[in-house]
Amino acid sequence: MRLAAAQLSIAERLDRVSLILEPGTITAICGPNGAGKSSLLEALAGLLPAGDGAVFLDRQQIAALPLRERARRIGYLPQAHEIAWDVPVRSLVELGRLPHGDRLAAPVDAALDALDIRDLENRRAQSLSGGETARVLLARVLASEPQWILADEPLAALDIAHQLSLLKHLRRAAQGGAGVVLVLHDLAHAMNHADRVVVLDRGVVAADGACEDALDQQVIERVWKVPVRWIGEPRHRALVSR
Amino acid sequence: MNRAIPIFAGLLAIAVPLSLLAGRVWLDPASTPNAALILAELRLPRAVLAIVVGAGLGASGAAMQGYLRNPLADPGLFGIAPGAALGAVAALWFGYAAAPYLLPAFALVGAGGAMALLAAIAGRTGGIALFTLAGLMVASLAGALTALAISMAPNAFAMSEIVMWLNGALTDRSWRDVWVAAPLVALGIVVLARAGTALDALTLGEPVARSLGVDTNRLLWLLIAGVGLTVGASVAVAGIIGFVGLIVPHLVRPLTDRRPSQLILPSALAGALLVLVADSAVRVLPLVTELRLGIALSLLGAPFFLWLLLRMRRGLA
Repeated sequence: MRLAAAQLSIAERLDRVSLILEPGTITAICGPNGAGKSSLLEALAGLLPAGDGAVFLDRQQIAALPLRERARRIGYLPQAHEIAWDVPVRSLVELGRLPHGDRLAAPVDAALDALDIRDLENRRAQSLSGGETARVLLARVLASEPQWILADEPLAALDIAHQLSLLKHLRRAAQGGAGVVLVLHDLAHAMNHADRVVVLDRGVVAADGACEDALDQQVIERVWKVPVRWIGEPRHRALVSR
Repeated sequence: MNRAIPIFAGLLAIAVPLSLLAGRVWLDPASTPNAALILAELRLPRAVLAIVVGAGLGASGAAMQGYLRNPLADPGLFGIAPGAALGAVAALWFGYAAAPYLLPAFALVGAGGAMALLAAIAGRTGGIALFTLAGLMVASLAGALTALAISMAPNAFAMSEIVMWLNGALTDRSWRDVWVAAPLVALGIVVLARAGTALDALTLGEPVARSLGVDTNRLLWLLIAGVGLTVGASVAVAGIIGFVGLIVPHLVRPLTDRRPSQLILPSALAGALLVLVADSAVRVLPLVTELRLGIALSLLGAPFFLWLLLRMRRGLA
């Protein structure tokens, strides 16, 4: 079940971006502000028209898929943590079942357990802390049992402990066969936790490959225009300025 | 389990017989002369109409608040009520009000016109902000045209008739009005209830709702059709009755788990209860002329709105 973008063009945001994403892996999309990361993610989720290009899920054009089927196969988590009403946590997670047209307990329970939030299920949304909210919203995505999880800055506004725990959950989802695509600002997280990094710069792919190559210090200097260097061992890297 | 439904259904079951007996003259079925006739031809249609109008306004208020994700939203925002009012005012202006069905028909045409205009402006893109602005503009336009009609009324009688009618009431309504409004309101509530799960998904914002497979264009059409039918039919038979759609969801929300889908049917029941009780109250109040229902509900609604704003401000502080 590959997810592929072909010649994806969105006016003033993306320019002929082509990618083939593999399931069972974590792909990080990085780039400076305004590089088109969120647009790429939204287009991959089928939420933005693909311009002259197209997005394919397992060789089927995503735009041609019925909305419900697309929703069953692709879970999307936006950056904004918007919860309009003070609903119970369980009801929020159950929204993940909407594409399936059921409210099956098992996948909802599994999602709550996967994120260690079973004890929150009767709490109300507005009583949650930032970290709890982030986990609840990810549980909503997991409850859909999607083949693809596309998350925009899932680690923003989380402390380091919650960041690492969320990454652990996403890794577990990838090990379970899901394809995980994350927009990440923190290059060290991308370097240490992704299997592949796509660097976008002003709407085009500036680098794409294994973390150590795609986030090479020359790439960072060229794209972000800051002098930096990596320290530490692979998978335990930190970025420092030079 | 949604406990709001049995609660409001129970209260409604108590309120209906009381409302049938209440009025300038308290009915005693045993001793009042012509009690059966008064009940069957005056009080019962009026009570049923209050229920129909209140149910429509309550359900559309709940759906609107869910759609706009804003507890201060009101079906009046859509411009459909002012559109329907403009239609009715046109009927009064041309002196058609005496002919049966013509005034409600004009009002429904006005509501339909407002719906069509909204759909033409905002229907394609389905953007909520564009839609709200379009609704506000339709409302202003209909309001301005209504004011124009009043200022250019052909005679003082028509002018006073228009002004009185705009202040919403259920006085002197008959079964004919019930037959006009009830099927349309019922259909509208069914349409709004169908939008329920999509409104739940909208709790997490429009992009997430779309990612969950919600067709936001279809949702917009359901809302326009549902609010158009309920509010259009209500205004057609009762004039402008404000604040019901705003207040009722707030009374219902604490009794539910706060999901928008769980609010629509209980809000219909609570709206029916509110309008029925308010209409009974205006009949019983010892005033020289009966207080217009629209005025009474605004007198009740505006302070409630202020209280709500104060509570929200405290919540934000």
